[in-house]
Amino acid sequence: MTVTGRNGRGPWSADSAATAAVRVFHNERAAVLATLIRYVGDFQLAEDAVQDAFEAALATWRHDGVPENPGAWITVAARRRAIDRLRRDRSISERAERLAALLRLDQQEHPSMSEESEIGDDRLRLIFTCCHPALDIPARVALTLRTVGGLTTGEIARAFLVTEPTMGKRIVRAKRKIVDARIPYRVPAAEELPGRVRGVLRVVYLIFNEGYSASEGDRLVRGELCDEAIRLGRLVCELIPDEPEAWGLLSLMSLHDARRAARVDELGGYVTLADQDRSLWDEGRIGEGTHALGRAVRLGRPGPYQLQAAIAVAHMQAAGDDPRNWARIAELYGALGRLAPSPVVELNHATAIGFAYGADAGLERLGPLLNDPALERYQPLHATHAELLRRAGDVTGAVRAYERAIALSGNAVERAELDRRLESLTTARTQTGMSRELSKPAGVPRRSSGAAG
Amino acid sequence: MPDYMVLLYTPEKDEDERQTDRWADMPLWLELTESLRKAGLLVAHGPLHPVTAATTVRVRDGETELTDGPFAATKEVLAGYYVLRCADLDEALHHAARMPTARHGSVEVRPIMDMSEIPASGRA
Repeated sequence: MTVTGRNGRGPWSADSAATAAVRVFHNERAAVLATLIRYVGDFQLAEDAVQDAFEAALATWRHDGVPENPGAWITVAARRRAIDRLRRDRSISERAERLAALLRLDQQEHPSMSEESEIGDDRLRLIFTCCHPALDIPARVALTLRTVGGLTTGEIARAFLVTEPTMGKRIVRAKRKIVDARIPYRVPAAEELPGRVRGVLRVVYLIFNEGYSASEGDRLVRGELCDEAIRLGRLVCELIPDEPEAWGLLSLMSLHDARRAARVDELGGYVTLADQDRSLWDEGRIGEGTHALGRAVRLGRPGPYQLQAAIAVAHMQAAGDDPRNWARIAELYGALGRLAPSPVVELNHATAIGFAYGADAGLERLGPLLNDPALERYQPLHATHAELLRRAGDVTGAVRAYERAIALSGNAVERAELDRRLESLTTARTQTGMSRELSKPAGVPRRSSGAAG
Repeated sequence: MPDYMVLLYTPEKDEDERQTDRWADMPLWLELTESLRKAGLLVAHGPLHPVTAATTVRVRDGETELTDGPFAATKEVLAGYYVLRCADLDEALHHAARMPTARHGSVEVRPIMDMSEIPASGRA
């Protein structure tokens, strides 16, 4: 999303009011909302009050100019709207106590100063509540995007290819469960914290993958999902800076996202990592990803996201086909497989071994996977098998495996790529177009559990 | 503090098997129930007779229909319940996970509506 006035070329003051409002919306809305929810104890009422405050801001700022501290203005306005709404809405539990607490806060001279340290905690409370395991996964994703990310219900519906009323119902149901079942608004206790943090990271990664996989849907909206997931990832890092996996996830998402523009050509075709135009890679994202991985590694507790990020770095650093680099990648996949075993990781491990130590070594590693009936219809397995057979010089076997992979492919872009490889094998038989399926995030193939699951 | 209904569902088995399981887990149940009582969370609890003893009641168009058996025939049956008074869902879920049934069946946690929160017009 860009910081522009909604009305385009309005008068200068109107434009600057809208610009300021959009900036505050992005930077401070979640914090204002998070604190207000703690006071009023009701997601919907707090969200409505914050929405009112932004609408009032546009009108007032256009008329009177943008205040010196727009964030503080929004905070106060949202609180007063919440007081009005609490006075009217008799269905809120403990209404009198909540109203009294808000009025007390409103009478303090610098209310936001006195509770500075609470604001970070409030944002964490909000994230943990939206990602509470008592909500189902689609509800967690939707609620996080709506409440923490500030996306509209319509935007979320378009990104997830459901109708707006369907998405609206999903969000309303989640909010109702929070109220009725009393899902607590708090940072989990120490003993449950690690599991709950993993749960939050999983939601963020799901949002990212939904945007990144781009198999269908509006590409623009999907790009916004990636941006939103990275924003959420940064927020989690800021709030829980001593959690290495939060930094690992931020790194992983940034490194994948850096290549977003280069992954698909003008015709929508999939471009393998080796063939990508590196000038299209986003240097800023790569820098952020590398920096985040450094932060994670310094904390000294490896985890699946960190390992996947390290693998992404290794893939991006190596132009060409250096076996030493593949040996490093194989080592990282080995470590990942020990922490978070999955067929996808095992498959990528076998591929890396094949590229590092020779196709026969890779094929040996692939053997048990090929005999696993659960993976019989798993297209990437057969595509990898074909590639290793080709390298081992078994053209007949490779052709058969490519045909199998093509038959299993459900995606036109992917199928075209496999056709191209099969064709180059049967006609030219030259060593071109090395593919690296590995460079996809491990969560992308939806049938399998991603490495970071 | 809201009350939570903790419903214990176990796989349907023949009665002998059920009794054997019940006796085997008995020390765990006694310990669990005693600890909930001491913590001041226990409102009510009880094991249920098997579903063969259940009768389902429906009134349709003023006629009372009785059906022999449980509301729905499923692989898992309601075998017992606790009513716990907890601060929030997390506390209720924590205790639900301690139920031996959680390991071989399922435990459903449902908040009980607080009658005082129903608007005055809805009350007698």
